[in-house]
Formats: sequence, C-alpha cells, structure tokens
Amino acid sequence: MKHTLTVLVENKPGVLTRIAGLFARRGYNIESLAVGRTENPAISRMTIVVEGDDRVIEQVGKQLYKLIEVIKLTDITNDEHVDREMILIKVNADPAIRGEIMQIVEIFRARIVDIGRNSLIIEATGDEGKINAIESALRPFGIKEVVRTGKIAMARGAKSKNGRNQEAL
Amino acid sequence: MRLTGAQALIKFLEEENVKYIFGYPGGSVLALYDALLESSKITHVLVRQEQAAVHAASGYARVTGKPGVCIATSGPGATNLVTGLATAYMDSIPVVAITGQVSTDMVGTDAFQEVDITGITMPITKHNYLVKNVDDLPVIIKEAFHIASTGRPGPVLIDLPKNVAGKVFDYRPVAKVELQGYKPTYKGHPAQIKNLAGLLAQAERPLICSGGGVISSNAWEDLKELAEKVNAPVTTTLMGLGSFPEDHPLSLGMLGLHGTPYANYAVQNCDLLIGIGMRFDDRVTSAVNKFAPQAKVVHIDIDPAEIGKNVAADLPIVGDVKFVLNELLKRINPRRNDAWLEQIRAWKKSHPLAYGDNQSSLRPQYILQKLGELTKGKAIVTTDVGQHQMWTAQYYNFTKPRSFITSGGLGTMGYGLPAAVGAQLASPDSLVVAVTGDGSFQMNMGELGTATEQKLPLKILLLNNSHLCLVKQLQYFNSGKRYSGVCFTGNPDFVKLATSYPGAVGLRIEKPEDVEPVLIEALSNGKLTLIDCCISDEELVYPVVPNNGALDEMIYYPGGEK
Ligand SMILES: Cc1ncc(C[n+]2csc(CCOP(=O)(O)OP(=O)(O)O)c2C)c(N)n1
Repeated sequence: MKHTLTVLVENKPGVLTRIAGLFARRGYNIESLAVGRTENPAISRMTIVVEGDDRVIEQVGKQLYKLIEVIKLTDITNDEHVDREMILIKVNADPAIRGEIMQIVEIFRARIVDIGRNSLIIEATGDEGKINAIESALRPFGIKEVVRTGKIAMARGAKSKNGRNQEAL
Repeated sequence: MRLTGAQALIKFLEEENVKYIFGYPGGSVLALYDALLESSKITHVLVRQEQAAVHAASGYARVTGKPGVCIATSGPGATNLVTGLATAYMDSIPVVAITGQVSTDMVGTDAFQEVDITGITMPITKHNYLVKNVDDLPVIIKEAFHIASTGRPGPVLIDLPKNVAGKVFDYRPVAKVELQGYKPTYKGHPAQIKNLAGLLAQAERPLICSGGGVISSNAWEDLKELAEKVNAPVTTTLMGLGSFPEDHPLSLGMLGLHGTPYANYAVQNCDLLIGIGMRFDDRVTSAVNKFAPQAKVVHIDIDPAEIGKNVAADLPIVGDVKFVLNELLKRINPRRNDAWLEQIRAWKKSHPLAYGDNQSSLRPQYILQKLGELTKGKAIVTTDVGQHQMWTAQYYNFTKPRSFITSGGLGTMGYGLPAAVGAQLASPDSLVVAVTGDGSFQMNMGELGTATEQKLPLKILLLNNSHLCLVKQLQYFNSGKRYSGVCFTGNPDFVKLATSYPGAVGLRIEKPEDVEPVLIEALSNGKLTLIDCCISDEELVYPVVPNNGALDEMIYYPGGEK
C-alpha cells in the first residue's frame, strides 16, 4: 500500500542525499518526493510517498528518525489531509484542434500557460487522480513532454508544525 | 580566543580529555599536525595505515567507554578509513574521525587527493560533517562527540577542508548541544517494564540474551542482579561476551552459529526470551522463522529501529539498558525455576563444548583454554576474524566486561592488532592479548611497528595454519571440500618477523607440552611478544549450525556427546 509521509528536516546541505541514500540502501521504494522550506527557513518539509506493507513502513519511519536532521515524521495516510500535485503537459496542438483541447482544460480547471506554433503547455494542480485523468484525456492529442512535481500534502485542522494537535497542547 | 580552525580543534579535544589521537599525516592535515605539536596533553600515535587508526581508536573506545579519535588526510587517507568506520558502525562503537579535505574553493573540482568522504561514509557513520565555514566548527565538534557517545553509539566523521583548518577565527567553546532531531530515549516505558515484570513472574523457562548494548550502557552489574534474582540463565552474543561472567553457574556462554550447544538448546526451549542490548543478527538466530519457537520475545534496546527488524517482539522496550534494568529490578520478585535449571545442567553435561584429544597433537582450543586459565579470564583479548575468533569466544571464558574486543557485525580481518594497540594504551596496566590467524594478521601486521614505537607489551597469539581456515571450513561443508583460494604458500617465518622489530620477542608453540611454558614466558616477559602456534589446517569449529538450520539442528563435535 502507498503511504504518504510528511517529514520535517533541518534545512542543511546533504539532507536530501541522506534520505535518498537511506531509501536506496534499504531497498524502500520512493514513489515521489517533494521538498521545500517551511514557514521557518531553517526547516524544510518533505512529502514522501512510499510503497510498502506495515512492517516496511514502520522500518522506514524508524530508520528516517535515526537521521540526525530528521525532526519529525508523520504518516498522514489515514489522517484527514489535503494533497496536491502539479503537472505541466506539453501537448501537440494544431490550430484546428485547439478548441477541443481548451474544452478539456476547462473541464479540469487547468490553465494554458504557453502557446507555441504547434503545441500548448497546460498546467494543472490537483490530487493524484485528477492529474492522472487530465494526462490520459490529453494523451490522444500526442503528449510531447510531461513534468510532475510529486505530491505535497498537509493534514487538515489545527495542527501545529510539529504535527501535534494544538488543541491538545 | 584567536585561533586557527586546527588549533581550535586540538584545544577542544584537550578539553574533552582526549589523550590519544591515532593518525597518519598528509598535505591537507598539515595545520592539524602543526597544532598537535603544541599540545602537551594529547599524544599522537602514528599508525602504518589509516584503517589501523580507526581500529585502534575503536579498541581504545571499547576499553574506556569514551570516544576514540583518529585523523587521516584527504583522498586515499580518508578512503583507507572506510573499513574501520564500517566496522565501528556495525558494532556501535563511539569513534570520531577527522579527515582533511581540499580547500573549499577546490571542493567539487576533482582536485588532487579530493574525495567526497562525507558522501562515501554516509551509510557507515552515525553522522558526518563537512565544515565549510570555520565559525561552524565549535558547534560541529561538540555535536560530533555528543552524537558519537550518546544513544546508540557510533562513529562520526568530520571533514575539515585545508583552508578552514588554517583560518583564524574567534574561538568560543560551545556549552550545550542543541539538536532538534536527536533525542535518544533513555527511560523505558514504565507500563512496558511492568509488563516484563509480569512475564517474568509467570515464566517457567526464562532466558536472558545479553548483547553489546549491556556493555556500552555499563549495565553488567544490573544484568547479574536480574539473572540471580529470577534465576534466569544468561547467554551472550559475540558482542556481549564479558557482560556476564562465564564462570557463573547461570552462564551459558555464547549462542548462535558457533554457540554452545546448551545455549542454543536453551533458546529453542525457553518460554521467555529477553534480548537485552542486542539485535537478533542472523549469526545469532540462524533461521529466524525457527528461532525460539516456544518463547515470548522481549526486546530491550535503545535503538527503536532494531526492535521488530529481524525478530518480532511480543514486548518491545525502547530505552537505555541500564535505566530499564534498574526500573525492572524494583518490580520483580525472586524466582527459582528449578526444573529449568536442572534441564540446563543436564544439557551442559551431555553436550559440553568438545574438541576431543588435546595431548597427542597441538589443538587451538586447548591453547585458548590455557590462555584463559593462565590469565584467569582477566586479560583484555582482541581477535581478528576466523576460526581463531570463534575458538576464543568459545574457550577463553570471559569474566570481565570490556575485555573482549572483536569485530562482530562486519567481521573485519585485520582488526585485532590495531585494536590491541588502542586497548593497551587505554589500559596500560592490563595484559592485552591479540588472538589472530595468519590470514588476518597479515592484513595489518605493519602495526607491529606502531606497537614497537609505543613500547606496548602486547601479546600476539598467532594461530598459524597457513590457511584461511574459516573459509576453508565453509568450503568443507558447503562446496564439497573443493578448496579454492584459501592456502598460503608464501608465509614468512613469523618468529623472525617479530624479532626483527627492536625489543620484540618471538616464540613458537609446536606441541601440546609447549603451550603452558611458552604462554607463561610470553605473559610475564613485559615485552611485545608474538607466539607462533603451528596448528593443523584440518581443524573445524564445532558446533556449527548448518545453513538456514534451526539453532538446535547444529552439528556437534563428532563423538563428543556424553
Ligand atoms: C577483510 C576481510 N576479508 C575477507 C574476509 C572473509 N574471511 C572470513 S574468515 C577468513 C579467513 C581468516 O583466516 P585467518 O585469519 O588465517 O583465520 P583462521 O580462520 O585460519 O583462524 C576470511 C578470508 C573477512 N572476514 N574480512
């Protein structure tokens, strides 16, 4: 099963290498990994989607915790959360079929962000299902290039940045 | 205080009470070596290869319980540390390694003797640092010692670029370490400890399995108290040898692949197995699915990632062994377990460690037994890796913690002699014996020079079979006796080799009658002494658990049952 982990780490050089290296070395499968700084510039948040049974996920968590720069880790798979991914799709688009593409873009509430002579770049955000759907809706036109960010996620409700419920404090 | 990075580092090491640095110089650590000249408190021990510097630091750490320190230059110096660091990492030994690095403006350009040592050692250190700015140095060195020596100990590496080491700055010592992401759990969960007390009150066939964590948390007294109070027999892992006195009636010696028959039988028949400061390594469990089939498993360890990793724990307790045992001792009542102890006595009688006749030919087991008797189990014994290591574990009879120093997790040949150098410096009044094989010894025998320079009266007990006999043994059992790549035909005369070092003594044991007199001479001469023991290459280590067998399916010494 796929798990979504959000990991707070110190924003220091080499942290990403440590985490990527740990996954590779111990044979864990990273589905996606997105990283960026948080409201505190000294801390970054990673959203890692990893595939594995409960035992594997437990080990992933414990091994991650052993890294000195990992501050807090939460498996939010079963918690209420919002997750988003962004995709950029460059698709073949003769002037003749642009209308049809624009309709699809409309339906998915995506945006056209660049127009070339024979192609368009479309930007969409959403959860994984929506992103997969727009990609397959555009495939018949001929996709030239796809870039996806990987998932970012945030728990719903009043959680503080260290993952604890503020009400409970 | 205005100091260079290098001077600040040395000053810090002095403040940490570091007495020895094991190292090897080079272009990128000139500033460090220069600063060392000014230190009256730190002695630099010049080794013969950087790997030996880590091993020596590790030997020092294991005797003292404090981090050992080593230095190497950038590039090849740094890569030579790799095996030593991995060895220390696998055995959770606190070591701080300092490497030189090319100047920060050259990093990343494939400069002369540049190597990405922080990248290379990421998986084999507890943590590592590249110091890019000299102002970060005070915090980094403070953190490095803290991380190496607390929680589950381990090696930490600091990569110090040449220009950072040379740069003058305003050094102010750091008082306190603040690491948001590093807070080891010391106190075990009270409810879990209470549960363990409950399990002990019900168990009829309890067994304690003690590992290296009992030694690193200085908990051997507590372990003994626990065992005696509840009358639970104690077996130890290789790393745990010395954590429980082997002359104690409750001692079962080592378990596992080459464990004692009675320890392995006890594991397979106990109803409660308490693993303390150990990690259920595959050399301990053999086939995990057949391990301790009747037992509830309790696992006490400071590293949560060890719990449930190899063997599922019915009751996990994360915490420092000493804390946990202290709490546990307050909550338990005496138990007798008479029937169980009777059963164990019967196994000890029917299936002792056996190796047959020791009078008609020179047997290595006999040599180690004698060594144990003559030193009353009180020497510090280091080993290399091979048959000699297993016989040492089986026959020496360890009674003192921090007295058995071996590469357990990585099984690194070449560990024994440099580790003995570190051990002897750590404990100058102790008798230190390095038990080795001709294969392992030749990996780091250059350290005879280090031992000579440092005037160390080490004893090197070389069990010489002109073969890599543990591998030969594997080929005997697993490759249909097709021996490949395991025979040395170009060995030197080791006695002559030893005596070519100024002041060193070389002795030889060829017959059983030689054993006692030669050992007595060696142990009492106060000199660096190598004892070349000419043993057969046909010896096998028994018992041995066959590949993927259960522990009680071990092959016993043929004809040894009583
Ligand atoms: C650095 C290293 N290389 C290879 C091995 C594999 N190995 C394990 S035991 C052994 C033979 C050791 O021979 P020796 O030191 O002579 O000891 P003996 O088994 O003969 O007592 C070898 C090659 C190892 N453990 N370490």
